[in-house]
Amino acid sequence: MDRLLTLLDENARLSVKQLAAMLGKTENEIEDEIAAYEKAGIIRGYKALINWEKVDKNKASALIELRVSPKRERGFDEIANKIMQFEEVESVYLMSGGYDLAVKVHGKSMQDIAMFVMRRLSTLDSVLSTATHFILTRYKDGNVILNTEDEKDERRSVLCD
Amino acid sequence: MIDYERMLNSEVKNMKPSGIRRFFDIASEMDHVISLSIGEPDFTTPWHVREEGIRSLEDGKTWYSPNRGFLELREEICRFLKRHCHLDYEPKTDIVVTVGGSEAIDLTIRSLIEPGEEVLIPEPSFVCYKPLTIASRGVPVVLETKQEDQFRLTAEELKSKITPKTKLLILPYPNNPTGAVMRRENLEAVAEVVEEHNLFVLSDEIYGELTYGDYRHVSFAEIGGMKERTVLVNGFSKAFAMTGWRLGYAAGPKEIIRQMTKLHQFGIMSAPTTAQYAAIEALKNGDGDIISMRDQYDLRRRLIVDGFNEMGLSCFEPEGAFYVFPCIKSTGLSSEEFCEKLLYSEKVAVVPGNAFGDCGEGYIRVSYSYSIRHITEALSRIEHFLRTMPGDRNA
Repeated sequence: MDRLLTLLDENARLSVKQLAAMLGKTENEIEDEIAAYEKAGIIRGYKALINWEKVDKNKASALIELRVSPKRERGFDEIANKIMQFEEVESVYLMSGGYDLAVKVHGKSMQDIAMFVMRRLSTLDSVLSTATHFILTRYKDGNVILNTEDEKDERRSVLCD
Repeated sequence: MIDYERMLNSEVKNMKPSGIRRFFDIASEMDHVISLSIGEPDFTTPWHVREEGIRSLEDGKTWYSPNRGFLELREEICRFLKRHCHLDYEPKTDIVVTVGGSEAIDLTIRSLIEPGEEVLIPEPSFVCYKPLTIASRGVPVVLETKQEDQFRLTAEELKSKITPKTKLLILPYPNNPTGAVMRRENLEAVAEVVEEHNLFVLSDEIYGELTYGDYRHVSFAEIGGMKERTVLVNGFSKAFAMTGWRLGYAAGPKEIIRQMTKLHQFGIMSAPTTAQYAAIEALKNGDGDIISMRDQYDLRRRLIVDGFNEMGLSCFEPEGAFYVFPCIKSTGLSSEEFCEKLLYSEKVAVVPGNAFGDCGEGYIRVSYSYSIRHITEALSRIEHFLRTMPGDRNA
């Protein structure tokens, strides 16, 4: 895997200078590589990983399993494109297995999400059925462990006793 | 009342406790200290290795192992040494599994050294060689290594300290605390002197797998004619992030290993059984773990070397272990003063270089066995410390 992408994936706030030192390249080379990744659409953006539960208590999210009937020629793309336009929708995946689309949705409350599913999702033409799973607690999200205090370093010096 | 002073063994009594103890005592009582002082991996042991340890406990494998260690483990150690260092050892006779590399060092010195015989110890280096030599009634003789030689041991320095009483040379490379490595040509130059003066060598290669850049670790035993004069010490702590399991080994001529095994048998019996089962898994399927941890250390190494050079503390580029050893002479402070002031004003803990021998004065040991976030924070505090130090050192 590309080491520059891996580093940015872990921490997008590392400076060009730091990245250059770590990867043994010049700052110009790093800037060019990042620009090329952005241009090619490989780097799609930079955002903070926020534990919203600590900030906003009025936030709910759910994973919704959708069974849909694919359209001739366009398969699942058409319905997926439609669903991803909703502001409430965080992610849309086409899945193998017992259902077709997995949709992650957020809202102010569970009630809010339920209304969205009832009024907007299940009424879409090709949607056959929905199953809504509310997320109760996030333990780990986007590779980051949430809801824990910084782990204490329990290593100790063996030089002094 | 018992007069303990008179009861105690005088060699042990006179062993100096590490001089930096006071310094660590202060650090441990302060809040929000950010440390770059620890000398062990920040990774936990790879899961598949831990799992084998757990499985052995579930299966009730809680008995002693053979004194030398399980044969299967010794076979895997031999395969590892063959794979990584092109060395051929015989599992039945040439290996003893020990409680950490440290026990292997102790056994080697005790099996070889007669009272009054001299042991050559390059410094700066880890702190155990001198006291263990003294405990065997041997005489430690310091070989100074210098930044201008990339902290490598030179044949000239070695020759200058050899006397008729010299028996053993210790080769602690890759080196803690400097991060120096000995390249093949450096080892060859040393080997010539070793051969000429009929010395034995204890090659402490515990950091061997943590060698960076294009250069790969060369064991001293690989150098022509040296295998029969070398006890090679390695272990699982650094390469596989297994410090707490306490497992190491010595590989060497069977005549020496046999004597070491006797001491091990009477003093220790056998190394921990659970750790040995985990270690078999580490050697069988852990080469990938070594590579991915080494890659992580390498990124941090480059980051921290660049950071120190950038803030004007000249930093020798280490090629092994996970320490940098920047020179702080430009600040006009001694190593201990520097570390103490840094601790009080910025709450960053690093280790004074003189803890590793007098010639480490003027340097500090900084470990990069920490996350990148942790390292960047510590570097910016050290930078702030230098910038706000009273008296303009750049004037």
